Amino acid sequence: MNSFLAANAELLITIVKIVLLLFIVLTVNAYLTWFERKVVAHIQSRWGPHRVGPHGLLQPLADGVKFLFKEDPTPAGVDRFVYFLAPLLALSLALTSIALIPFGPDPIRLFGHDIYLGIAPPDVNIGILALFAITAMGVYGVALAGWSSNNKYSLFGGLRSSAQMVSYELALTMSVVGVLLMAGSFNLRDIINAQAHHPQWGIFGWNVWPQILGFFCFFVAAIAETNRVPFDLPEAEQELVGGFHTEYASFKFAMFFIAEYTSMITVSCLCTIMFFGGWLSPFPASWTFTHYLPSAILIPFGLWVIWDGIRYETIFGHVILPGVGTVIAALGAVFVFLPGVNEFIQGPFWLLSKILVFLFVYVWMRGTLPRFRYDQLMSFGWKLLLPVSIVNVILTSFAILAKMEWGGK
Amino acid sequence: MTAPLVVFFALAALAVIGAVSLIIQKHPIHSALSLIVVMVSLAGLYLLMGAEFVAAVQIIVYGGAIMVLFVFVIMLLNAGVEEHTSISKMAGAPGLLLVVALAGFVSASIARSTASVQTASQSGTMSSTKEISGMIFKDFVYPFELTSFLILVAILGATVLAQREKS
Repeated sequence: MNSFLAANAELLITIVKIVLLLFIVLTVNAYLTWFERKVVAHIQSRWGPHRVGPHGLLQPLADGVKFLFKEDPTPAGVDRFVYFLAPLLALSLALTSIALIPFGPDPIRLFGHDIYLGIAPPDVNIGILALFAITAMGVYGVALAGWSSNNKYSLFGGLRSSAQMVSYELALTMSVVGVLLMAGSFNLRDIINAQAHHPQWGIFGWNVWPQILGFFCFFVAAIAETNRVPFDLPEAEQELVGGFHTEYASFKFAMFFIAEYTSMITVSCLCTIMFFGGWLSPFPASWTFTHYLPSAILIPFGLWVIWDGIRYETIFGHVILPGVGTVIAALGAVFVFLPGVNEFIQGPFWLLSKILVFLFVYVWMRGTLPRFRYDQLMSFGWKLLLPVSIVNVILTSFAILAKMEWGGK
Repeated sequence: MTAPLVVFFALAALAVIGAVSLIIQKHPIHSALSLIVVMVSLAGLYLLMGAEFVAAVQIIVYGGAIMVLFVFVIMLLNAGVEEHTSISKMAGAPGLLLVVALAGFVSASIARSTASVQTASQSGTMSSTKEISGMIFKDFVYPFELTSFLILVAILGATVLAQREKS
């Protein structure tokens, strides 16, 4: 048994990582729906979900149960194979893309193996290209769902989404060329490390400053790729009932839902990695006191959760919430007293905080912006985003050329 | 059998099955889906040979962009199930002859070649994006630019053809 373990250690580690990441991503997805409903509710002066559990915290659980136990009728006249394939394709591609994201700079040394955070090995040469390849395939989930449902509203949704994704994929790919030129690599780790050339610059060393045009194009195109407001024409309720997923019920609908939220997370990761320094701290490297920031956030937050939880009379509020609060506060305390652990979590801490900020921006936009009209969407993509991203590529190339010619290198 | 060999045969089988299914499927969308399977398994084969960049581009360009346009057009036209006519007389006897000739040619060249299947995996030689760009933009820059010019002419021609006639 031991020899088997030793021989297949890499494989086993990868399987464990996949299971863990799947669990984390699905949980985060569930609570992302809660987060979205809460934030949008507060933007609109409402309370949002607040009945199921304290602050509505058990609402995702209730939704999940409902998704599992709803009746799942298959409409008449659907193309059965494609109808079942489409949600599977959407979900599996969305979950695959997150496997390519590196979540931290340093490996954990465990049982004589370097375990990196993130499933893909650290030396994937085509990281960003592979991500775009998976994104490119993601169109099929939506398009085929719309087509196979045998419903004109679904078909319209599918058509709109494939037209939209084809148009915005160009701008999406062109907008990161500037970043790739500056890093000289497709590897996501190299792209982050290229932003750390000046450790004392902190936030000003990130790609977002020289690549502000690229970031603008990338962010807009990425929102369009994920079919979110204000680019959610494929599922515009007022025009298309539900768009491409009108005919899907129960868990098949949930699969589209999870796929959409997972791609939101992936896009937030990509924004962070490409333009906002990934796991780099926004502070200069010499400010070592900022390393206590995770503890300074976690301990008060844990204490607040305990204080908030014991006021409730339900079991969840009275027992579980204080328990979770204790764990959070204890984590914060561990980081203070174990400097090694504290050093290790700096990278993941900053990465996750930035991802959270981007997820908030996503929700914020949903609460703020109205939907585009279809012709506006098309002319915006082709006549503004694409030319601007091409100009960005040309400017970056000239800047790099000028630096090579006259710069000190 | 080594692991790469198993993967190779699995992907090759998938590609062949996809290609056959492309022909025998009755519905255009199913045919397009089969073609996507072929494209993706070809990308897997490139990956197996260590050509990572080519594999990724294969999926982005063929699997993503081009096939999405195919599917889009089929959906837009709402093409229905096609009637399969009986095999045409022209394709019958000469087609069979051609099949035999092609199969003989391929198997003969495989039999004559000394390289075994395992040596197909050449990690690192073609993977470097730098080398590919060097080839495209230095060694073969004129054929490459000519090809892109040709594509541009084709796009312009399509636009002119699609334009409404001025009354």
